[in-house]
Amino acid sequence: MKKPMLAALVLLLGASAAPLGTACAETAAQGIEQYREMLNEGGNPADLIVMTGDDLWHEKRGPKHASLEKCDLGMGPGVIKGAYAHLPRYFKDAGRVMDLESRLLYCMVNLQGLDADKIKKNAMSGKGDYSSDMESLVGYVVTASKGMKIDVPQSNRQERDAYARGRQIFFHRSGPYDFSCASCHGSNGQRIRLQDLPNLTTPEAARKAYGSWPAYRVSQGALRTMQWRLKDCFKQQRMPVLKYGSQASIDLTVFLAVEANGGTMQAPGLKR
Amino acid sequence: MNTLRIAPLAAAMALSLLSANSVAADLVAGTTHDAVIKELKASFSEKGMAKLSRIDQSVMQRECSQAAMTGKPLSKEQADKIMAAARASVKQPADGKYLGDWKAGEKIAQSGKGWQYSDNPAKPAGGNCYACHDMSKGEISYGNIGPSLRHYGKTRGTSKEVLEYTWNKVYNSHISNACSVMPRFGAAGLLTETQLKDVMALLFDPHSPVNDDSVKVH
Repeated sequence: MKKPMLAALVLLLGASAAPLGTACAETAAQGIEQYREMLNEGGNPADLIVMTGDDLWHEKRGPKHASLEKCDLGMGPGVIKGAYAHLPRYFKDAGRVMDLESRLLYCMVNLQGLDADKIKKNAMSGKGDYSSDMESLVGYVVTASKGMKIDVPQSNRQERDAYARGRQIFFHRSGPYDFSCASCHGSNGQRIRLQDLPNLTTPEAARKAYGSWPAYRVSQGALRTMQWRLKDCFKQQRMPVLKYGSQASIDLTVFLAVEANGGTMQAPGLKR
Repeated sequence: MNTLRIAPLAAAMALSLLSANSVAADLVAGTTHDAVIKELKASFSEKGMAKLSRIDQSVMQRECSQAAMTGKPLSKEQADKIMAAARASVKQPADGKYLGDWKAGEKIAQSGKGWQYSDNPAKPAGGNCYACHDMSKGEISYGNIGPSLRHYGKTRGTSKEVLEYTWNKVYNSHISNACSVMPRFGAAGLLTETQLKDVMALLFDPHSPVNDDSVKVH
């Protein structure tokens, strides 16, 4: 299934760019956009992964032989509708602000008795693997917010502090390249090679970008989550490895999500 | 006596925190700069050449981060100080020659390898110039964060001044723009002196794809 899709991309890119002596970047970008639309009409490959997540959510698993049906993602036990559009948020029982992934981890550990380190280690699927349990569950939960308004709360000190720290992290320049998130995502109309870079400090671009993650990455044949997105950005920034579910990863997500408030959840999206 | 009584209590509390589901003890509170640095250090792990020291900031990194976040530009003194430090960081080529091999330079300009935790430090890094610059007619996959460098040498010539300015700019872009977003390819040790010369040749050699539109880059 993966191969024909990639072939289609190559064809489209080739058809739009190669024969033109005056080939310009816009043409190739349009090719990718066309390809995206074409795939959307036929359904997103993430749909299958979402179905796996649906099964996993209801399946009795772990030493406690429990499902996740009592997992409280912020809207009450078992409620997934709209949960992602209101995350990250502060959870009193855990005493911390959590994004979807750290909250799912919390439920898998506390309700099902599963091993936290093992889940974290396997959270991101490897090359050629089918989606991880975490990716599947994320896909399932995220889909239940499709079409809903992003409305991430700033209703207590913990959530407001998380935003303030996340904002500082977004602008934090360091490392051998002197990059911050803002180096690439702080101005309008910027591109790395042919890849458009959304200006995440403007509401319109922030809403569009945040609302399209998590997303199925065609080039990787995998559903990628927000934790993956941030980890990979930091890697390209030449920073060390962002720990899964770490405080910085969640605070930065709070910043990005709150900047995107008012937008519409479209995830799981579809990316190159 | 007080401490004797408190110690077991504290130990018991610590234990209960560990065993209970609450893991909030590992969190950083507050929003100060120091809190954020502490948070970042706890949130990343070292791998390969990417050590936690990469989180620490130089004066330039810190002041430029602050300026970008607040939207308040650097004061003239701050900017002058950063640019002066940048100028002082530049080392001219040991043999006084600025230009190497443009073909090697083109490879460096195309390559985005290097300095990530997954990269092999023994292998030469790239400069990834095309990621941000339009450089040659034949390469349509270029970014636009930096200015176009098409016909760079053709339009500027190869006077000593132009060569030296360009060397300095690639070596440390902060010489003339305090908060430049371009990596400091010489000052930060990202490219070797030989590699910098090769990139210079790409910019100035009349037969390079930068200056000669008929040269194919792939």
